[in-house]
Amino acid sequence: MIRRSLGLFIGLFLLILAVGAVLGVPFTTARLLEAAAYALIALGLNIQWGYGGLFNFGIMGFMMLGGFAVTFISYPVNPEFWGSDGPWMLGRALLAFAFGALLVFGARKSTRLGIRGGWHVALTILAWFTAYVIYRSQIDPAAAYIESSAGFVGGLGAHPVLGWLFGGVLAAAIAYIVGKICLGLRTDYLAIATIGISEIIRALIKNMDWLTRGTLTVSPVPWPSPLAQDYMAEGYGDTASLLLSRGGFLALVLLVLAIVFVLIERAYGGPWGRMMRAIRDNHIAAASMGKNVTARQLEIFIFGSVLMGIGGAILVSFVQIHDPSSYQPINHTFLIWVMVIVGGAGNNWGALLGAIGIYFVWMISEPLARAIFELVSYVSTWAGIGPIPEIESRSAQMRVFVLGVVISVALRYAPRGLIPEYAGPRARN
Amino acid sequence: MAVIELKHVVGGYGGAPILNGVDMSIEKSDIGVIVGPNGAGKSTTLKAIFGLLQVTGGSIVFDGEDITNAQPDRLVPLGLSFVPQEKNVFTTMSVEENLEMGAFVRRDDFSQTMQWVYHMFPVLAEKRRQPAGELSGGQRQMVAMGRALMSNPKLLMLDEPSAGLSPRYVIEIFETIVNVNKEGVGILMVEQNARQALAFASRGFVLANGQNRFTGTGAELIADPEVARSFLGG
Amino acid sequence: MSELVFFFNQVVIAGAVLGSVYALGAIGVTLIFGILRFAHFAHGDMMTMGAFVAFILAVGAGALGIQTPIATGFIVLPLAMVIAAVLALGIDKGFYAPLRRRGARPVTLLIASIGVTLMIQGLLRLFFGTGTYSFFDTQPKTIFRIDTSAIGSTRPLVVTEPQIMLILLTIVVVVALHFFLTRSRLGKAMRAMADNPDLAQVSGINTQLVVRVTWIIAGSLACAAGTMLALDVTLKPDLAFNILLPIFAAAIVGGLGQAYGAIAGGFLIGFAETLAVFNWTLVLRPLRDVLPEWLELPNNLALVPTEYKLTVAFVILVITLLVRPTGIFKGAST
Repeated sequence: MIRRSLGLFIGLFLLILAVGAVLGVPFTTARLLEAAAYALIALGLNIQWGYGGLFNFGIMGFMMLGGFAVTFISYPVNPEFWGSDGPWMLGRALLAFAFGALLVFGARKSTRLGIRGGWHVALTILAWFTAYVIYRSQIDPAAAYIESSAGFVGGLGAHPVLGWLFGGVLAAAIAYIVGKICLGLRTDYLAIATIGISEIIRALIKNMDWLTRGTLTVSPVPWPSPLAQDYMAEGYGDTASLLLSRGGFLALVLLVLAIVFVLIERAYGGPWGRMMRAIRDNHIAAASMGKNVTARQLEIFIFGSVLMGIGGAILVSFVQIHDPSSYQPINHTFLIWVMVIVGGAGNNWGALLGAIGIYFVWMISEPLARAIFELVSYVSTWAGIGPIPEIESRSAQMRVFVLGVVISVALRYAPRGLIPEYAGPRARN
Repeated sequence: MAVIELKHVVGGYGGAPILNGVDMSIEKSDIGVIVGPNGAGKSTTLKAIFGLLQVTGGSIVFDGEDITNAQPDRLVPLGLSFVPQEKNVFTTMSVEENLEMGAFVRRDDFSQTMQWVYHMFPVLAEKRRQPAGELSGGQRQMVAMGRALMSNPKLLMLDEPSAGLSPRYVIEIFETIVNVNKEGVGILMVEQNARQALAFASRGFVLANGQNRFTGTGAELIADPEVARSFLGG
Repeated sequence: MSELVFFFNQVVIAGAVLGSVYALGAIGVTLIFGILRFAHFAHGDMMTMGAFVAFILAVGAGALGIQTPIATGFIVLPLAMVIAAVLALGIDKGFYAPLRRRGARPVTLLIASIGVTLMIQGLLRLFFGTGTYSFFDTQPKTIFRIDTSAIGSTRPLVVTEPQIMLILLTIVVVVALHFFLTRSRLGKAMRAMADNPDLAQVSGINTQLVVRVTWIIAGSLACAAGTMLALDVTLKPDLAFNILLPIFAAAIVGGLGQAYGAIAGGFLIGFAETLAVFNWTLVLRPLRDVLPEWLELPNNLALVPTEYKLTVAFVILVITLLVRPTGIFKGAST
């Protein structure tokens, strides 16, 4: 097993070296950095699915939360907003929200006043509706005012690493709410519910222009480490600055990844990990042994989501642009699933290998497809059929197909992944 | 000629075998009853015949044809029917639809058979439009047997037909089984109510640890002091 | 009266159209769940794939110079449905059947359906790019404007040819499905297998055949739903991914495994969505002079802004799951 894993990692290393040789070192460093961020997210899913058996199809939503969080924290302060009536109006909307929450809470607790059955349901619905109307009556004008007077609320101008942390916190908060509502559901219901949540998060972040600038995008989101321009200003050459800046960022991300990896690997080997596996494999038996299954599952769902939030934040920091319309379930949610399934669910080394390996496959299938198309196009032109139109956009889509083939082959021939979970002969198909 | 013959059948669910060499032979006129302690492989024997688990040794011959490891969709047309112990009706479907499902393999007109089943179980004729899930336990058992008879079987296999029924229904079900047998259908059944079932069995098999321990007519087995002491509770 | 006609156009017709698409899709999802016990996430892409099959056929017919009185998309639909059914059978044989044979858990099949989603998406985009297409590039979309001045309205009742065809098709499908499931041998066998797969096997029901029939129905209905949606709006590779959530919501609300529930759920979600995004101001405008000063009508009085239409299906889904997890028609229990 160890030898096989070692072989696979050496193979991956060689693949990265080959990509570096063909496509250049700066390109490869950038891809490696993104792959490390994806590895963080894949570890998050591995905690949820591999450890906990919780189906999360809403990864994209948590990544978007992270992306928004880092933009909000690290983007420079917008003085126009703070100088206007905006904060005051937002404060009122916040009060309206709190009041609405109180109303709903009160209605839910109204059974204590002897209101039961149909009346209780009616009162709860009425409270929700009233709260919704009150909140909308405050937030709608506030949003319109901010958009027209200041564009959007801007950022807080703090350090990006703080933004990454806030991404984790925000993801945790949403995961708590989602988990409270949905974790009792069966696997396939949980899958569809989390898809719904991530689509709603996407709709919100895309359309709350006053907060996120929506489709107008926010850039440049600052880096946590010096930019290439900074090195150039100090007199370094172009390539050297690019390498130094990206190398610095990469080192930071790898540090985060290493810390997270060591922590969860230790937790997994300890009593906590054993309990989680027991719950996953037979939650009824675990519950009968006095384990609080629901609380543990909520814990796991939150932990996993935190990593997804941080990973999403790092990616936005790196590309320096927060563009809500660039998020797609295929590129975010499903890509991560392929990483974890191919790598080996339940094994952190497997998730790591899967994340970096699949990300490189994902990145190089485009140039590879383009090369193939160009060859075919050359032949077809020579044969008199004419060239293939739109090679650029077509080869970009080729990787989606490749991803589908990869996961189908993996499920068929290596259902437990490249580096399977090491716990005994118990087959998990 | 025997309608079914098991020769030294070995099999199980993939791990250690549960059946370690079962021999059995039933004529079409017989009522065969399998008894034995829990875990002896009684139900497993029926499932092995019906292709629901892997037979790794020995052979099963039905009506002159080797059916070792054959699947139900081949066995039912040959004339073999099986009534499982639990979940043996389609709860959301009407009684009549349940019977129709039993005749799924038949492409000829089965209305005669359905009349015959209704004649055998008059209460089902009354409730033909009712969902089977709304019936009582005893009536469900009748639906299950009726369903199995719809394919015109030569041999009907029943897994503990009296399980969970009140004593009144147990007698009724046993009477029905004897009647079905008189109509020319061979019976092979597993029973917990061993003494009661052996009383009308023409062939009795006592299994223990996946092997035959005693074989004889029902009356012989009841009379055998060793069988009575070890397997019939004194 | 104009307001009433407006309401009819915006809510009744739009809701029926949306509901029909959801219902046709949800039937497939619910049947696959009932028979194969897994949530088939590639269903939206099967719809898109079917729509593209119909599109190619329509373009091909146009290229051959075939002129049809009604939109070519409808004429080729039966053939497209046959092709889509064959494709669905192929997908099952290639990707799901080997996993079932191995005894894989339903959740593995669910993950396999992601693979199928990715492959269909990849191929569609490879061949068609990411742009939008229309069935009505070469022929006009017939729009019926029914004069309603008889009831004192200044607005006409507007309904398009694809919308009428879609609603008619849905009625035909629902009736046909009802007779298939309650009268035919195979339809009953399908219900039997959804009810109790082990007993169905023991009864000698050819379960392989039932699985094939399920894919044929699901594949052809997905093609019909996708084509109709594409005829009503436009055709693009991510056409159906966006309505995957409402379709699953419809199937779950109706009770997974229940064909009638899926139909009811489809229309419930369809109407709920149109009602939620409907701008009530336009209907309440006649009351403007009656209302007191402080209760001025805003310009947009929709319960949910259109951008958040998706939340409607989601909220209905979550409430159903929390209050009555088996759906309004009792669903499969596994």
